[in-house]
Amino acid sequence: MWLWFHKLGSPPYFYRTAGRLIPWFAIPAALLLLAGTVGGLAIAPPDYEQGDGFRIIYVHVPSAYLAMFGYVAMAVAAAIGLIWRMKLAFAFAAACAPVGAAFTFLCLATGSLWGKPMWGVWWDWDGRMTSMLVLLFLYLGVIALRGAFDDAAKGDRAAALLAIVGVVNIPIIKFSVDWWNTLHQPATISKLSAPSMTMDMLGWLLTMVVGYMLFFAAVVTLRLRGEVLLRERGARWIRGLDGRA
Amino acid sequence: MSGAWTAAGALARRDLRAALRRWGELALPLCFFVIVLTLFPLGLAPERDTLAAIGPGVLWVAALLASLLALETLFRGDMDDGSMEQLVLSPQPLALLALVKALIHWLLSGLPLVLLTPLVAQAFYLPTDALWVLALALLLATPTLSLIGAVAAALTASLRRGAGVLGILVLPLAVPLLVFGARATDLAIQGQSAAGPLYLLAALLALAITLAPLAIAAALRISVD
Repeated sequence: MWLWFHKLGSPPYFYRTAGRLIPWFAIPAALLLLAGTVGGLAIAPPDYEQGDGFRIIYVHVPSAYLAMFGYVAMAVAAAIGLIWRMKLAFAFAAACAPVGAAFTFLCLATGSLWGKPMWGVWWDWDGRMTSMLVLLFLYLGVIALRGAFDDAAKGDRAAALLAIVGVVNIPIIKFSVDWWNTLHQPATISKLSAPSMTMDMLGWLLTMVVGYMLFFAAVVTLRLRGEVLLRERGARWIRGLDGRA
Repeated sequence: MSGAWTAAGALARRDLRAALRRWGELALPLCFFVIVLTLFPLGLAPERDTLAAIGPGVLWVAALLASLLALETLFRGDMDDGSMEQLVLSPQPLALLALVKALIHWLLSGLPLVLLTPLVAQAFYLPTDALWVLALALLLATPTLSLIGAVAAALTASLRRGAGVLGILVLPLAVPLLVFGARATDLAIQGQSAAGPLYLLAALLALAITLAPLAIAAALRISVD
């Protein structure tokens, strides 16, 4: 296990492994997303209150989930990088940030689209939405801070520290619907209680969540390969790569 | 351990003296605060009801922006003349020294804002009863802001053009302060008890005093080497 972990830290080995892994993430992701989209949009029954409007949940919930998951993953990688000085961990954090920011934006945008017909407003300053917006700003801050340094290694470490500090926002997002009883409805799926939706709706949602996770894994791995190439430019092993690698 | 306290005291005296010899820099954020606040009544129709309604929010936003202005200089001088390297290399706990620097910064930029607020609140026709709550909320929130700001300032200390990034880093983290601070002021204006948000502000301060110095110290180590 440790041997494998250390081997993974070596850029050429990681580059090859990641290249082999990507199809294993990407193809199931494509299949699940396709199935989930068809199932969610066409097969699942309409909600008795919201009609077809509820179907945006199939985009909204998985992207919200991944927005937070991506941040935690980035912060954990940042901590690993700061503690064990692993260069690959910083590269992972750098690869995560834009993807997570994109999911955060997608979550806010779909929530806003759904809110207009359901609540009558595009936006409401309640706890969940505000803390999600703060998450987007944190992502942008991490990206901007890394970019502001001329010295890439220093930028990595500064951005890593900021990512760790920003983790305080994650529990706020998670519990915001319980602390402030406002417009955003509480969680639909919870480990401790029965889900508040029927199985024929929930099944497709879980399909989408797993599909999104695999998509996230595929995109981050792809970006990570790019990051590794960028950071190792000038290294000898890159010259040995032929076009297909 | 006494060595650490001696060092902290010496650092506090040095920072105070250095800052007090540059009055202009200290007064700048305060002037900015007052000017921003006077712009609002001039930009809107200066009616009592409108001003009283937006007053608390405007006061809080102006206080946030003014303290942002003061943050830029927090570590800049020490970075430029190399004394920051001495602080990082010294055998004293860097987190304690960072806490001292942040608190001195608050004493010189946050506390004057608090003292100025009752005066400015008159311009927005805030009721006199709410003044105490507003002052107390600011008294609890500004040190937290200085500590959060010091983390961001430490992260950007080695950047030439750090100011823009500084805003992006500080303002999202300051959102809870703004929310609870404006809420406390609002409750007080409506004549209700503002104890809830005030306790939350106090809790945030306790959290910031214990955790922020560690983050500042780590950020300074990154910035120095």
